[in-house]
Amino acid sequence: MDIPYTVQIRPDTGIYNAKLGVWLFLASEVMLFGGLFSAYVLLRVGAAPGGWPHGWLNVTLGTINTLLLALSAITTLLAWAACKAREFGKFKFFHACTILLALTFLGIKSYEYHDKLNHYEIQLTNGKFADGHFVTESKNFDLAKKTGTITIHGHIVEDHKELMDLRTPEAQAAKHEEITVAATDIKKMGNYGPRHNTFTAIYFTLTGLHALHILGGTLVIFYFWGPGSRMWKTDPERFTNRIEVSGLFWHFVDLVWIFLFPVLYLT
Amino acid sequence: MSQTEQAVSLKNYIRLCAVVFLIVLCTTSAMIATSFSHIGEGWTLKVAIILAIATVNAFLVAGYLMHLLSEKKLVYTVLAFTVFFVIGLMGLTIWAAHAFPPGTASH
Repeated sequence: MDIPYTVQIRPDTGIYNAKLGVWLFLASEVMLFGGLFSAYVLLRVGAAPGGWPHGWLNVTLGTINTLLLALSAITTLLAWAACKAREFGKFKFFHACTILLALTFLGIKSYEYHDKLNHYEIQLTNGKFADGHFVTESKNFDLAKKTGTITIHGHIVEDHKELMDLRTPEAQAAKHEEITVAATDIKKMGNYGPRHNTFTAIYFTLTGLHALHILGGTLVIFYFWGPGSRMWKTDPERFTNRIEVSGLFWHFVDLVWIFLFPVLYLT
Repeated sequence: MSQTEQAVSLKNYIRLCAVVFLIVLCTTSAMIATSFSHIGEGWTLKVAIILAIATVNAFLVAGYLMHLLSEKKLVYTVLAFTVFFVIGLMGLTIWAAHAFPPGTASH
């Protein structure tokens, strides 16, 4: 059975079917991310004064990822333009660039996640807080049995509020060193994973969902770059439309990041 | 379409993309500069400025890279409905942000 209007314009809509389909899909995606952005707004305005973190994320890595995604959006458009210009070799080149840029983005995101999951906040029995990255722990370290020690690279603060805004001059000036803490001195400890607080919860949810979109988009683009590109020989017009539709999805993913970056990293 | 016309077409896109990328580079730098500046007290003004710059970025991507500036009426109709519902969603959230049931607010 032939699928109608994959190349020809459908008279009543003015566009081919796949394009209308992807725009409707993107509309549902806007609602999905819109709901999560609403949750972010609600959590942020509902936070107690001084209770919303600032400077917890690496702005340099976020900026690099922003530029990588912007470049990948451009190479996606150029891949489609190359198809339109009947230059298959250039299409292959531009789409290969898109795949590499997307994988680099995911690599950096994974590094950021690893950094957060390796970062611990330890509430001490004397009321102070030790905060830093995990270095090592003794073989008999067991928080429940209160045995052994854990070593982190970080600093100790008197008040938990000092850990919330890392952009203050005091936080910037804090000296970080290796600190070994005995399990008997630990009241509570946990990493900066989604359970840490509402900021990390919404951060991991928003960026995790976005990263899944990047992964899905990369798989689709890889298919069109590899095995799916055989269609170029039999039906180049339809193949070009497929590239346009996948490109629209990719641009949407870039659009989401354009708001995620300032909302999470800069404000 | 002749071979020459095709080459010119791709060249035009490369030029357009270069301009878009340069603007994205500038707007991203402006957002970072605003974030680390000492404008206003607290974060309200900074957040407003940063989101305004992000909207310019989004317009560039949607308008030029997604060709939204020259799309068909049906696509605009779909997007108009989407914008309406997103504004409704966000508006209701912000409207209800401080509406805690009596005795449940912790601060």
